[in-house]
Amino acid sequence: MRHHLILRTVSKLLIGAILLFGLYVQFHGDFSPGGGFQAGVIVAVAFILHGIVFGLGMVQRVFPRWLVHKLAAVGVLVYAGTGVLGMFLGYDFLDYGAFSPDHPSHGQHWGILAVELGVGITVAGVMVSVYYAFAGRPPQMSDEDW
Amino acid sequence: MAAGAAEHVSRTLADHLPILVVLAPFVAAPVAVVIGNRNAARTLAVLATVISLVASWLLLRQVVGGGYISYPIGGWPPPIGIEYRIDAANAFVLLLISAIGTVFLPYAFRSLDHEIPWRNHTLVYCCYLLCLSGLLGIVATGDGFNVFVFLEISSLSTYILVSQGCYRDKRALTAAYDYLIMGTIGAVFFVIGLGMLYMMTGTLNMADLADRIAAQGPNRTLLAAFAFIVVGVSLKVAIFPLHMWLPYAYSHAPSAVTVFLSATATKASIYVLLRFLFSVFQPEFVVATLTPQAVLLPLAIAAMVVMSFVAVFQTDLKRMLAYSSLAHVGYLLLGVALMNVDGLSATIIHLFNHGITKALLFMGAGALVLRVGSTFYDDIAGLGRSMPVMSAAMVIGGLSLVGVPGTAGFVSKWLLVQASFERGWTFAAVLVVASTLLTVVNMWRVFEVLYIRSPNPGSQRQSQPLTSAGGPAGRIADTTGDAPLMMLVPIWILAIACIWFGIDTGLTLGSAQVAAESLLSGSLGMADGAI
Amino acid sequence: MIDWQFIIDHANYWLFILLMMTGFYIVVSRGNLVKKVVGLNIFQVSVFMLYISIGKVSGGTAPILPVDLETEPGVVYSNPLPHVLILTAIVVGVATTALALALIVRIREEYGTIDEDGILAIEQAIVRGENVRHGDAMGDRA
Repeated sequence: MRHHLILRTVSKLLIGAILLFGLYVQFHGDFSPGGGFQAGVIVAVAFILHGIVFGLGMVQRVFPRWLVHKLAAVGVLVYAGTGVLGMFLGYDFLDYGAFSPDHPSHGQHWGILAVELGVGITVAGVMVSVYYAFAGRPPQMSDEDW
Repeated sequence: MAAGAAEHVSRTLADHLPILVVLAPFVAAPVAVVIGNRNAARTLAVLATVISLVASWLLLRQVVGGGYISYPIGGWPPPIGIEYRIDAANAFVLLLISAIGTVFLPYAFRSLDHEIPWRNHTLVYCCYLLCLSGLLGIVATGDGFNVFVFLEISSLSTYILVSQGCYRDKRALTAAYDYLIMGTIGAVFFVIGLGMLYMMTGTLNMADLADRIAAQGPNRTLLAAFAFIVVGVSLKVAIFPLHMWLPYAYSHAPSAVTVFLSATATKASIYVLLRFLFSVFQPEFVVATLTPQAVLLPLAIAAMVVMSFVAVFQTDLKRMLAYSSLAHVGYLLLGVALMNVDGLSATIIHLFNHGITKALLFMGAGALVLRVGSTFYDDIAGLGRSMPVMSAAMVIGGLSLVGVPGTAGFVSKWLLVQASFERGWTFAAVLVVASTLLTVVNMWRVFEVLYIRSPNPGSQRQSQPLTSAGGPAGRIADTTGDAPLMMLVPIWILAIACIWFGIDTGLTLGSAQVAAESLLSGSLGMADGAI
Repeated sequence: MIDWQFIIDHANYWLFILLMMTGFYIVVSRGNLVKKVVGLNIFQVSVFMLYISIGKVSGGTAPILPVDLETEPGVVYSNPLPHVLILTAIVVGVATTALALALIVRIREEYGTIDEDGILAIEQAIVRGENVRHGDAMGDRA
């Protein structure tokens, strides 16, 4: 367990920073480059890095496989739900003006935040689940096969 | 547009119909994953499909008289925002896709139980819902790039559905892989074409594109864009030389998946082709490129004759039906190549008639798989006598595929022959008849195997229900008697539809003619024609 | 006479064509399924390049408005729409790649090879077996 000591220490330091940067990109996406896609990938990278350095078992204790799948679906629901909520308020699908009829640009702001949050959750979930799907398969091929 | 409260008029459910068609299955899919229970997934699938069916029926009722309904996504008015635009042509295709979905589901429950392990079921129904939503989205949207996105949503879920056949035959995996490579190349070609259109016009809205292309007239970039789009969509449609992925995908996919795909996937792609040929690039532009006469006509005829001929040599019912689907793509294309109202309405009506006919025949094949585990002719020999109710429906389907008067297939073929004469292409009419004769040979062979040939005791395999992580075998094993009721009812609904739409052509012919006229008169562009 | 100015002015299109044909050639010519997917990726990336390059307005800056929304009248912005479209296409590309690789993993488990020729040989053997069995049963008519 003492292998790769530098790698382990540096990743421990980095993972927190990566997550924080992911959240910054997520929620500051409307004023600077960023948004759900990028933030989702950055957050997923934090988990994938943890998985690579500490092993799949460790990361799946924090972020189990079933939760990853559910999160990928929940993100889509957040996106679609934002649109449907607008429909219930009497506006068109995804018309964020519905959330603040008196001041439509505020509505746009809140709407895009909610939608990007959905995108971020889905992208993070999907990227991590892609990693799990490939990393989690029982190894069937040896190096000689390549 | 983010309009102030004073001028905002609340939208009602009736205004939301165009988005509701696509949204119902799209929302149901993640809900099914979150719940994570196969029974809940089934219920959601039925619920969402029925909502889509009702919504598309109401839409067709509104637009069948002409005109279109425009729905701005996010409240942004069309040239800027994404628009869903429903007219007679796409309301008709929406109805076909959601109706097939509704009839297909009860059948699929039983068939999928048999062919796919239960642990995969939630995700399979989720993929079905995404595929349905993608196909409906392709048809409903009025935005070029949106077509690409929905095309990929439906295609990606289709690849997964096809690969699920690997529990019966491992070749499903390579079939899905081939389909993925070809489908992605097609989609990328389509996007290249769209990019060139955007370069020249600065818009992606189809109606706006039509206006601006008409204003520019043909130039080199537009011609290149046209070529890329036609080739890209042709790959998805499986037009003759680009068809190799289809027979493999259809014959190795789970039976229920084949039913759904054969009736909807190529149909939605044909619709995209029609939309781009007639609404985005106007008919004059298309005729000037000589595409109908020099490209579509030879390929259509080659597909009709060659594919029917290849089908004769198949020993597997599903594979024979897959090749026959390719031949029918030829009929659809011939109607487009004719470039007249009758030809185009023959194409649109044949979309519907071939959809229900082929779905019926593939359902029959799936019932045979449930019974004997394969659809090779010598495995299914003599089953017509032990499965009389199911086989009778297959006979109706076969007759409709051939185009016997009184069935749905006759209406569209008759219209096609008539349109060929009207255009003066007698040889095309003769070749339609020749191809029909080959279909007779194919179907006669199936009838002979089912009814006249005696069962093959040596080769008849008993159906092997999935045991590895599958469901309780006792519920699935069903090796005697006719097909189960859950399969017979959808099969007979389609069989009756084949006859009904062969006699009462009011709905199909009426909508097809309105759709053809509106397509041939070119797009309304951004001019106001909304209902 | 070669019009060099024309060629240089359309440098982005030449790059696009080069990438597209490279990717397409790899898809068609390679037998290894993973390499085919790599080729498909290059093919897709070429389209991303096409879109992004046509969004560039010469002299234009990044299309981000200042926080106070007061734009300088002289400032030209690049067209952000192609970038947005390509963001979607990139996501589609990632999904396609992931699915293709997952299929390859399953193919490797079932066939024991990821080489096209090897797979083809196995499938031909299956088909030949089927033809013999079912052809005989049908009285050699198949």
